[in-house]
Amino acid sequence: MTRLQLRDVRKNFGALEVLAGVSLDVGAGEFVSILGPSGAGKSTLFQLLTGAIRGEGEMRFDGAPLDGARFAFMPQRDALMPWRRVIDNATLGLEVQGMKRSTARERVAPLFAEFGLAGFERAWPAELSGGMRQRAALLRTVVQQRDMLLLDEPFGALDALTRAAMQRWLEGMWRSHRWTALLITHDVREAVLLSDRIYMLSARPARVVREVAVPLPRPRTESAALAREAAAIEAGILDTLLGQPTPINDHLMENRND
Amino acid sequence: MAVSFDPLGGGENSASDPIPEEGRGPSAIGESGRDSQSPPQGWRSAFTRAFARFFPAALAFALLLLVWEFYARLGGIAPTVLPAPSRVLEQAWENRAALAENTLPTIRATLAGFACSLIAAFALSALVDFLAPLRRALFPLLIASQTLPLVAIAPLVVLWFGFGLLPKILLVALVTFFPMMVALVEGYAATSAEISQMLAAMGAGRWRIFWLARLPSALPYFFAGLRISITYAVVGAIFAEYAGAAKGLGIYMLSAKNNFRPDLVLAAVAVSSALTLALFGLAVVVQRLAMPWERAGRNRKAEASERRS
Repeated sequence: MTRLQLRDVRKNFGALEVLAGVSLDVGAGEFVSILGPSGAGKSTLFQLLTGAIRGEGEMRFDGAPLDGARFAFMPQRDALMPWRRVIDNATLGLEVQGMKRSTARERVAPLFAEFGLAGFERAWPAELSGGMRQRAALLRTVVQQRDMLLLDEPFGALDALTRAAMQRWLEGMWRSHRWTALLITHDVREAVLLSDRIYMLSARPARVVREVAVPLPRPRTESAALAREAAAIEAGILDTLLGQPTPINDHLMENRND
Repeated sequence: MAVSFDPLGGGENSASDPIPEEGRGPSAIGESGRDSQSPPQGWRSAFTRAFARFFPAALAFALLLLVWEFYARLGGIAPTVLPAPSRVLEQAWENRAALAENTLPTIRATLAGFACSLIAAFALSALVDFLAPLRRALFPLLIASQTLPLVAIAPLVVLWFGFGLLPKILLVALVTFFPMMVALVEGYAATSAEISQMLAAMGAGRWRIFWLARLPSALPYFFAGLRISITYAVVGAIFAEYAGAAKGLGIYMLSAKNNFRPDLVLAAVAVSSALTLALFGLAVVVQRLAMPWERAGRNRKAEASERRS
């Protein structure tokens, strides 16, 4: 069942064309990634979805025109408030929805163990490591109980090893929760590890170049055979993104979708 | 593309993985972050650090007093021109009743003026944050207010508002308002765009975003402004009293000077300096209490650099 449906979504900032007609679908319980080069307008797409900016084109959710409150949004850096303790950061979304802080704390506290944050409820964000901060940010995102998660390069600021650990962790979490999720990333391996489907965007002005299904069984962190299949998919994606053979010029993504 | 770093885990079968995936706890996540909170640092080391920090300043100050003392005693200078620090201290003690009687009104004027200035800074900065055109209308006026020479303004304010508390409050507010106002407005603007965007996506309105994000973001800026403006506050009150008052350190200094008693002028100066330093210290303490997370962040950074070395 299709939940989010975008048809020919466009956005210009003045003369700068950022999105040149993006169409995509996200089904219920599906993990979909948007993969594209830096500056392609991926984050602009999220701003359109959350209603921060307005664009043209059709955006539907469950068949109806998109209203604001469908998404729980996780921004690029963790955006934890340094002046709130970890638990009060986690309850932020619930408080904004009008829940009393004490009730929100009761709701959130049992989830700390699952997110690897047990014992850190009363810590300040500055006392957490990078990976813990990202898990706290994800906790803050999922407790809002919105219809869909929007993850904007959630692990982009982490060191490589922590990022790999976090990707595996998120894959495990997704398996047990089956959130409907849309992930923005420019990390090909991350996209393949986590996604059911991947939309590849061109460089700005962005349009969908190719849609790739990732039919690998889950869990995806188990066997070498899976790793080989994943590597093949990754190689195919990189070929599309970088061109074949790799030409070095500024407009290598142009006219790729025809 | 070669798979140099295997993302999907090694081993032909899942049994070779010592940690079953489903049961994998958070502690199994191979990240370098520590998993325990730092122990509180001992009082003794805190004391030694404080001592190491303040000792050079105390030493320099003591040396200055010593040089002054010798120069005043051995330089053949009349005590009615430059009294030695020991004489200032002695006379201050002898006149302690009069000094105390004149210090209290100054404290009252300083605190009342500063409180008004604080409230005005918060109210006006919030208003300016919500109404951008107001900012463009007000800021040139505010900047102009900082160009007024206090020497000229103080007598005029006394002329307009009399010898009571009001002109002192106004003058203290005039000199302390601007740094706090500017600090707050800049602090609001320093709010992380990502936090604002996230709050908006959560459904928070402008007022909620101001309260949850912009105001706390401005706190470090606000305290920086507070520390600057609090050092002006006592001086502002003294200026106002100098221009006309029944009691107060300013008028006390004026009459001591007119009676050729520089020792008593300096005694009053010492009191006003001590007052300013005390207020400054109070501001630092309030900042610590109001922003406990700052120390948490600093502790972690210090710990990390210690581990590295």
